[in-house]
Amino acid sequence: MAKIDSGSTEHVSSTPETLEATEATNPMRRLLLKGTAGILAAGVFPAIHAQEKLVLRYLGTAVNQDKAIADRFKADTGIEIQYIPVTTDEVTKRAVTAPNSFDLIDTEYFSLKKIIPTGNLLAIDAKRIKNADKITPLFTKGEIGGKKVGDQGTAPKKVMFLEGADSKKFSATPTQFMTLIPTVYNADTLGIRPDLIKRPIDSWKELLNPEFKGKAAILNIPSIGIMDAAMVVEAMGLHKYADKGNMTRAEIDLTIKTLIEAKKAGQFRALWKDFNESVNLMASGEVVIQSMWSPAVTAVRTKGIACNFQPLKEGYRAWAAGFGVPKSVKGRKADAVYEFINWFLDGWAGAYLNRQGYYSAVLDTAKAKMEAYEWAYWMEGKPAAKDIKSPNGDVLAKAGALRDGGSYEQRLGSIACWNAVMDENEYMVRKWNEFVAA
Amino acid sequence: MENSYMKTAASPMRARWRTHGLPGWVQATPYSLVFLLFFILPLGLILAVSFWDATEYEMIPAFTAKNYLAIFEGCSNTAELCVSFKTYLSTLKFSFLAWACTLGIGFIVSYFLAFHVRSSGMQTLLFVLCTIPFWTSNVIRMISWMPLLGRNGLVNDFLLSTGLVAQPVEWLLYSPFSVVLAFVHLYTVFMIVPIFNSMMRIDRSLIEAALDAGANTWQILWNVIVPLSRTGIIIGSIFVITIVMGDFVTIGVMGGQQIASVGKIIQVQTSYLQFPLAAANAVILLVVVLMIIWGLTRLVDIRKEL
Repeated sequence: MAKIDSGSTEHVSSTPETLEATEATNPMRRLLLKGTAGILAAGVFPAIHAQEKLVLRYLGTAVNQDKAIADRFKADTGIEIQYIPVTTDEVTKRAVTAPNSFDLIDTEYFSLKKIIPTGNLLAIDAKRIKNADKITPLFTKGEIGGKKVGDQGTAPKKVMFLEGADSKKFSATPTQFMTLIPTVYNADTLGIRPDLIKRPIDSWKELLNPEFKGKAAILNIPSIGIMDAAMVVEAMGLHKYADKGNMTRAEIDLTIKTLIEAKKAGQFRALWKDFNESVNLMASGEVVIQSMWSPAVTAVRTKGIACNFQPLKEGYRAWAAGFGVPKSVKGRKADAVYEFINWFLDGWAGAYLNRQGYYSAVLDTAKAKMEAYEWAYWMEGKPAAKDIKSPNGDVLAKAGALRDGGSYEQRLGSIACWNAVMDENEYMVRKWNEFVAA
Repeated sequence: MENSYMKTAASPMRARWRTHGLPGWVQATPYSLVFLLFFILPLGLILAVSFWDATEYEMIPAFTAKNYLAIFEGCSNTAELCVSFKTYLSTLKFSFLAWACTLGIGFIVSYFLAFHVRSSGMQTLLFVLCTIPFWTSNVIRMISWMPLLGRNGLVNDFLLSTGLVAQPVEWLLYSPFSVVLAFVHLYTVFMIVPIFNSMMRIDRSLIEAALDAGANTWQILWNVIVPLSRTGIIIGSIFVITIVMGDFVTIGVMGGQQIASVGKIIQVQTSYLQFPLAAANAVILLVVVLMIIWGLTRLVDIRKEL
């Protein structure tokens, strides 16, 4: 799968090791080069020194790995970011099975239930993170604007802190040792093509409405797809879950049964696993209503095709991702990782992500790097004073348009559940395979 | 003899090596080691792991049959097929369809190349033409079907504009049809190469003899050419069937992730760190494929024919 998932451009760089290898064949030349480099470095860039160039291997999904962010970070600090783009499931798999293959991991909070017990991640010392205390209370307390939001599933506050530096146990109350430093998060809902549906959509149950037979899609990542399905089942009035993020076997059976019935009736045009697939399905008109992620909606819109990230009355399915540091990273590399995380929370990256329709972890710093009219559109739910552009300059919304779902508080305040790993995960995956096979 | 050896070399052993080459077991050792290290050992590990136990994040060495039991759970129910049987049946169905189509097309193309094209220069040129699709990655070859077959694709545009259909044809993409189409596109060459090779080795005088004996074209084809190219047919069949049985990418992309295959199930399980379960599935798949190959090799003694 990995082969077709590499939708984004991987940032390839010539590693210092290969240069060294070729130079080793000519010791004289190498000496000369070293000397010149030393002089150059000392004279022109005193801050960098004549040390080996640092490269951080950044494991994550293609969605979050933007070339512009790596370029900017390199321009600011001289440290190179090498992206390793894989799927959501693959990130977890690598963290568990190959913790030496990356220096920085960008993973979803729900994966922590699998990763932390392996002891492969280092607890992040909050004292070394400059803006740690400014991280939105959604993560630390599960609150937006002082109000509690839905915490079904693996809500970040449940897995945000560890009991100690070497602990494998999650702490219920905030501590100095954090599992992940949040990067982006969002509240997901259904994406629709308003030009092809031509009527208002206001409930999750529309995903399985026979009206859209052969024109619906759901995502084929079991732990996320099951949550979307649960939202639909609840909206259809079939069952009220105690915790959608931790179903009983009977609840899993019911949810999968509902999906299988819909599939047999020909409801789904396709299932998708990679975010680019969802963009293509929507842009080509193969599908008019489907599970979607916000950057995918943005991508469809920048092609000039109408696409709404439709707010629904039952609320949103939220997710959050963050940076973790593997235990294997030490010394200068560890310093560089902390430098990257601090840089990430410092505003430029946050503003960049906010302009893509995500939300950044530290709002104040991002606000400082955004224009007032941009902040009003993206975060305050006000009509756009000017045309709203994506980070690479495409027009996303014309002047006067409103953001789907309104302001930050309105949208994240309506979170119903979080992406999750259930206690019955193995059973759920088996049943999900049944759905795919049906 | 003995005397002449003694004269030319100091040791009789080295002299024998010089005339007969190294002993067989020495020659076979490097390959055996590679085979042992990269095939037998991993296979043994898969077999071992398929009996292990696992949690969300770790594998526990054990000896339990629970992975196999989980795969066949519900298979004693006669009213409805269980997921495993259904998946194998669907995978076998695709293997059969892909095999039948690639065999038909591959045989015709090879026949044309071997018997209708006279000059060997032209034969080589046309043969190279057949391999052109292999110059790009197979994912690209698959994806390039999409703009053609989609709801708003070229084929539907054409059908709608000529008034042949009133509604776009839906079964062209994300359907069993598109999956088989992609398989045929991707793997026909694996049929052409061995069949063409066998046909080129048929002694042309046999065909002349058949003609002289009064056989018509169909009789020659059925009684002379098909039996003599069956080695190629069997080798091609083994290629196509084993590839399709283990495939998950083509079925995923062309089937809109909606069609199950054994490979897909294994892939989902490994991505959820359920390695023992995936290993058990892999062992079962291996056994099934080996049985198919065993059956095929009953039809022809490949070693003798080669």
